[in-house]
Amino acid sequence: MHKPDSAVFKRKVWAASGSGMRGNMANTILSVREIVKDYPGVRAIDHLSFDVEEGEIHALIGENGAGKSTLIKTLSGAITPTSGTIIVNGREFSKMDPILAKEQGIGVIYQEFTLVPGISAAENVFLGEKTSAGIFVDIKDRERRAKELFDQMHVEIDVSKPVRDLSPACQQIVEIAKAVSKDVKILIMDEPTAPLTVSEVETLFQIVRNLKKRGVTIIYISHRLEELFELADRVTVMRDGAYVGTEKIQDIDRQKLIAMMAGRELKETFPSRNTDLGEEVLRVEHLYGNGDKDISFTLHKGEILGFAGLVGAGRTELMRVIYGADPMESGKIFLHGQEVQIHSCNDAIASGIGYIPEDRKAQGVFLPMSIKWNTIINNLKAFSNGIFVDEKKENETAADYQKKFGIKTPSLDQRVRNLSGGNQQKVVIAKTLAANSEIIIFDEPTRGIDVGAKQEIYKLMNELVEGGKSIIMVSSDMPELMGMSDRIVVIYEGVKTGEVAKEEFNQNYILDLASGGNENGTDEKNMD
Amino acid sequence: MEQTKKTWIDYYKKFGIYIFLAAVFIFFAAAAPNFLSYKNIINILRQVSMFGIVVTGVSAVMIGGGMDLSVGGQMAVVGMILGYFMVNMNMGIVPAIVIGIFIGCLFGSLNGLVAVKLHVAPIIVTLSMMLVLQGVAYLITGGYPITGMPEAFTMIGQGYIGVIPVPVIIFVIFIIFGWIVMNKTYLGRHIYALGGNKEAARLAGINVDRLTVFIYAFTGFAASIAAIIMVGRTNASQPGAGSSYPFDCMTAACLGGISISGGEGKISGVVVGVIILGILDNGLVLMGVNSNFQSVVKGLILLAAVAIDCYQVKTKKS
Repeated sequence: MHKPDSAVFKRKVWAASGSGMRGNMANTILSVREIVKDYPGVRAIDHLSFDVEEGEIHALIGENGAGKSTLIKTLSGAITPTSGTIIVNGREFSKMDPILAKEQGIGVIYQEFTLVPGISAAENVFLGEKTSAGIFVDIKDRERRAKELFDQMHVEIDVSKPVRDLSPACQQIVEIAKAVSKDVKILIMDEPTAPLTVSEVETLFQIVRNLKKRGVTIIYISHRLEELFELADRVTVMRDGAYVGTEKIQDIDRQKLIAMMAGRELKETFPSRNTDLGEEVLRVEHLYGNGDKDISFTLHKGEILGFAGLVGAGRTELMRVIYGADPMESGKIFLHGQEVQIHSCNDAIASGIGYIPEDRKAQGVFLPMSIKWNTIINNLKAFSNGIFVDEKKENETAADYQKKFGIKTPSLDQRVRNLSGGNQQKVVIAKTLAANSEIIIFDEPTRGIDVGAKQEIYKLMNELVEGGKSIIMVSSDMPELMGMSDRIVVIYEGVKTGEVAKEEFNQNYILDLASGGNENGTDEKNMD
Repeated sequence: MEQTKKTWIDYYKKFGIYIFLAAVFIFFAAAAPNFLSYKNIINILRQVSMFGIVVTGVSAVMIGGGMDLSVGGQMAVVGMILGYFMVNMNMGIVPAIVIGIFIGCLFGSLNGLVAVKLHVAPIIVTLSMMLVLQGVAYLITGGYPITGMPEAFTMIGQGYIGVIPVPVIIFVIFIIFGWIVMNKTYLGRHIYALGGNKEAARLAGINVDRLTVFIYAFTGFAASIAAIIMVGRTNASQPGAGSSYPFDCMTAACLGGISISGGEGKISGVVVGVIILGILDNGLVLMGVNSNFQSVVKGLILLAAVAIDCYQVKTKKS
């Protein structure tokens, strides 16, 4: 735990940085006390307490899954905490609800925009509000008032334009204006710069600083550490749902922040395996496409190759290109040294590549269909004589995988909808393997499944590589990635920032690369 | 939760349609004069056969996650073309039929291609196609029906093999064909996959675009077969024929348990749905109920069928 620094020191630093509007002790506007949020089988927030001072820009950071989003939802009233209190302006609440949060002046800008695309910026800003008497909307009045808001932010936006015709940055600004128009005192911004270009980020920062000058308190969540040093006054670090510490930005540097984010012990154990890495099975050279730029890597027989990166870094996008789900702009893919052309998922399956998508329900399984139906769908041609499905073979294969993977079900005719997450995931793996995949891409294989099922999935992955298959594993769970991988490739904003061998696995180092740090000290493996 | 919770909805999904069929049948057997006569039963079957073929096609599209409102227009145009070729141009029966079927498949493919390539929602594509084709049907002769088909051709609509009318035989063959395709072939499974989860289907290596075009072409095929029976039975090509089909077909399909959102439903259910509508049409006429009231009944039945479908989807989510 980090003790707050003395007021004297604070004053000095603020005076030196020139941003101190209030020289004296600031008031605490928002406090969170001992908040706990439990979901079945997982504690998303663990006795978290921290304070936000009036008028500051307070950054909130943590790894993927640290509980930041859950915390925001607790503050905005979208979810109810299991226990704990929230204190806003000295008033204590055991929970928030959206209306109460609004009354207390809490506004949130989520990662996903909540704008109505077809109507104008002005209409969006005042959406749901009665701005004039009578039943008619005074559009001119709304546009004038929206323009005033934008003028205050020193931005130029055509208020009569439908927001779908505005750039992501302008849409972001409309979101902010919408929050500000509701007389917001505490503005929570979740990854506001994620969809923005560099110059747009600067504009956004200017707006955020203007808001601060007007006395709005800002809680700012970002994965981009360098932004914090430019913008934030203080930073609070979360890890595994718990509070790690709060620091003034002047007192800390990037390395320290990363250490705070990562400093966790490996609690889970990972089953060991005996494999010798064989020959190269997959080589990707200078792949461009789907937002990824110039990515090269190799995969060997019997290897689990991990892909680390922050959410949205472009790992899933890369896998989808390799699997033929999204087009490749340029680059080459080699299987066993032979260049292959993959233009569709079917090409990938035919080449022995299988993909287990991150969103199991939306992309992995057919929920209304039976287990056996799902098991063979990726490779139906092999289970048919050209026209008719071989139902005997279907039953045998499904029964085989059910036994091998321990899929818990009363019958193979059971609809996949009725299975638990872990068992659904096993069906997805069975379906991928039934298509004779040699290379299996696991995208977030254990997301949303309980601890016991996780262990089973790990064991299964080990068995697969011991049996001569090769695995690419994309995961945002750092311990899992380090526990399972033989090597880890790190991606940051569509670019490969490093490749780490098992002997060099180190959370701080990987997290640094994943946050855009340079690979210094390790030499880049030459792909030629 | 590994066990299936059986709710009444699940039971309805499984048996409800048969209970419904039995209830309707018993009601009319008691209430409508001559309903149970052999002649009337055969009559009902003959009445539903042409309709049932189209519904089978529409059901395939709906299982695949789409919709086809243009089947009536397709039937009208194919019917007019058949008449034009055979009567006005004296073309032989076989080439005329082959061309008719080809044109039906072509219209269907066109629906599919537009939906896939231009990313237009199926309801808009087929609604537009419906309007276009209804117009084209009238344009071919300026609105006049074509009569006087070759006698051999009218056999397709009016003839019997043994005691069974030819249309009924074609209907039975068609539904057996449809049932086998949807249940036994990998093509059918791909269609269910497409309607059940399009993105998962794509990731499962299914060429979803090509499959979509194929399904619409199949519906066009069904519509052209129905058009052949229709022209044969009435011995005339009517430009206004089939105008009530788009919605009647959806009524029957939904009644038979085809989900509006795709991916679910069975051909066997569809057949029952078709027969229920056939019995309603026939029985209400026998009872002397006026046609406007028949429409009220059909409307309420469709609403009930879709409401149950929606209810099921809602409970699924929770």
